[in-house]
Amino acid sequence: MPTFVYMTRCDGCGECVDICPSDIMHIDKKLRRAYNIEPSMCWECYSCVKACPHQAIDVRGYADFAPLGHSVRVIRDEEKGTIAWRIKFRNGKKDMELLAPITTKPWGSATPKLADVPAPSKEMRDSQLLFNEPKYIRMDDGGLHTLQSNGLEIKEGVQY
Amino acid sequence: MSYSTIIEDNIDILVVGAGLGGTGAAFEARYWGQNKKIVIAEKANIMRSGAVAQGLYAINCYMGTRFGENNPEDHVRYARIDLMGMVREDLLFDMARHVDSTVHNFEEWGLPIMRNEKKGSYLREGRWQIMIHGESYKPIVAEAAKKSADKVFNRICVTHLLMDESKENRVAGAVGFNVRTGNYHVFKSKTVICGAGGASNIFKPRSVGEGAGRVWYAPWSSGSAYGLMIEAGAKMTQMENRIVLARFKDGYGPVGAYFLHLKTYTQNGYGEEYESKWFPALQQMVGKEYLDPEVSHRTHRPIPTCLRNHAIINEVNAGRGPIHMVTMEAFQDPHLEEIGWHNFLGMTVGQAVLWAATDVDPKYENPELTTSEPYVMGSHATGCGAWCSGPEDLSPPEYFWGYNRMTTIEGLFGAGDAVGGTPHAFSSGSFTEGRLAAKAACRYIDDGKAEGIRVSDAQINRRREQIYKPLETYRVYSNEVVAGTVNPNFINPRQGLDRLQKMMDEYCGGFGVNYMTNDKLLNIGLKKMSILGEDLEKVAASDIHELLRAWELKHRFLTSESVFHHTLFRKETRWPGYYYRGDVMKLDDKNWHVLTVSRRDPKTGEYTMEKAPLYHLVGDVEKAPPEAHH
Repeated sequence: MPTFVYMTRCDGCGECVDICPSDIMHIDKKLRRAYNIEPSMCWECYSCVKACPHQAIDVRGYADFAPLGHSVRVIRDEEKGTIAWRIKFRNGKKDMELLAPITTKPWGSATPKLADVPAPSKEMRDSQLLFNEPKYIRMDDGGLHTLQSNGLEIKEGVQY
Repeated sequence: MSYSTIIEDNIDILVVGAGLGGTGAAFEARYWGQNKKIVIAEKANIMRSGAVAQGLYAINCYMGTRFGENNPEDHVRYARIDLMGMVREDLLFDMARHVDSTVHNFEEWGLPIMRNEKKGSYLREGRWQIMIHGESYKPIVAEAAKKSADKVFNRICVTHLLMDESKENRVAGAVGFNVRTGNYHVFKSKTVICGAGGASNIFKPRSVGEGAGRVWYAPWSSGSAYGLMIEAGAKMTQMENRIVLARFKDGYGPVGAYFLHLKTYTQNGYGEEYESKWFPALQQMVGKEYLDPEVSHRTHRPIPTCLRNHAIINEVNAGRGPIHMVTMEAFQDPHLEEIGWHNFLGMTVGQAVLWAATDVDPKYENPELTTSEPYVMGSHATGCGAWCSGPEDLSPPEYFWGYNRMTTIEGLFGAGDAVGGTPHAFSSGSFTEGRLAAKAACRYIDDGKAEGIRVSDAQINRRREQIYKPLETYRVYSNEVVAGTVNPNFINPRQGLDRLQKMMDEYCGGFGVNYMTNDKLLNIGLKKMSILGEDLEKVAASDIHELLRAWELKHRFLTSESVFHHTLFRKETRWPGYYYRGDVMKLDDKNWHVLTVSRRDPKTGEYTMEKAPLYHLVGDVEKAPPEAHH
């Protein structure tokens, strides 16, 4: 279901161009508005739909298998930390609204800056441990699993 | 041409492709290399790139050791049986023992993970899957990667790796072009972590025309992980191990939550159970060790996914299609109905669009399933990718050459789709692999292994010329014809992709031939591939966007050629339901209980194939599955 852009809502801001993973949202040079230049490389991922500040982008199901007359709209709100969907069937019999959280923390606040954490010791470097380990493996004092700790051997040949 | 050359020098860690693997690498690299220069080069925008751009509704790889659920070796055994034995158990165990710490970090960063309120543990969809509200999974992990990286270059299509000219087989960085400005970018780096993607769209897809982008794996997954590494001469493994997905028809919406959480099941077009009747003959083909429904029923050992596909394919061929997912029972529960829809909106919106367009309400109608065209990748339930070293404390000598997740090219590491033999890593495992690769890459530099790298201007200029050649071809020849896309001197990227997909489908076991091939077909296919390779020297691009498609096509081509060689080399039918070698319709453990390893000589393009021994974890028998398992 490739994306398309409503002429009267798009102001050519380029947010969709900036985010599209497939590089198919481009600005039309004459109209100075965005459009989908290559629908056959669209994954209907909705990245552009979610990014558009004017709800100017919508999706019409792929012409090769999707009949006309449906609608799946979305509003993603980083401030509220939610995503709101509305699904309307072609025959009008189903009209659903679905809401889901997108994060549990104020947006962008909870990812660590590893340049500021204390540098790992030599012992840590020589071990198999990664950042925050061993604590984060089990959120307790358990260590890293090894062949020895788990009573295992690694053996060549046909084993099932 | 007026494009500038922009050189980024003195990089320590260059991450090529920042999906889940690459973001994991960039993030972790800062911890082990606090003064190191970490740079990301990404084809799209890291906030929405890679396979997780759209979001996910589940994390499919989480042990839950903390809740007493599973140990790493349980996961290794699961992946082993699912892949009919063909996995790198050192790499799998290593990923599995670290993956929980990755997931616990994600939760801390704000990823909403659902909880089982009774037990306090994460809400399980199945034994390995936990349920998340993951619409913003990718932007959340990208924030972490951005904080670690010195620089993020978005919209750079990396086309080639740079190689050291003072020491053979050592990496020296990468080159590519900016898909907006067209400028030529050179990244000189001590190490490269390849986090680029696996391959969709190399086999002809079932969808046609406008719908050609409706593929199971993202259309921007252009096999660049393999194209980059194969071209540089890295050894690859298990490239024959393509995957075919049984999914909701046309939309390819996921079925995991439906099977495991909603307890839906399949039946044929006439409402009958069909799977078990195909198993006796299939057992003759693969052996009781791999298919024993009675044992599976008793011990909860999974039946390999390919074998379940085999039953679907055969039932449909017997004229009793389509296969339906029975949703009408589960969807009477409004809570489960909501989960069913959320599951699509969280990771495959297109399926919701399709059901809305076709008025399919799964509460009143059982939707159709189908088997997809094949895909080549290394992070979902299949193990294509580079032949990489394991960690020193786990790996036998044949699997170990100094640095965890380093390929056979010195200083070139992999994560996610790039690493071979590690299926069932999924998103969390790919991120974990990136972390492991980053720690090893820092160590490689600290050990002085990257000293004295030399890259000549000649190499840089040679690549520059190659990169822009499709634009030049277009410029020279397009005016020879009046208008249109038909030109005797070149093909455009779409035409080349169509030709590749048709060839892969017909000669290498695509859906159009019911996943069947044989030695004769493969040899003809290889001959045609070599001619396509010549024609790709004449691929033409009318603008920078088409230049991106041209280079994606070249990466898909290199991936496909490798798939052909590997499929020809393995003289058995190891994964019925993924593909069949009609000339050897049996699994052959006597000769082929091995991993396949290839190398393409970068100078001549010649392939050499070898067998590598398989090692398995033994000891400690599997514990009874925990209660959470349905």
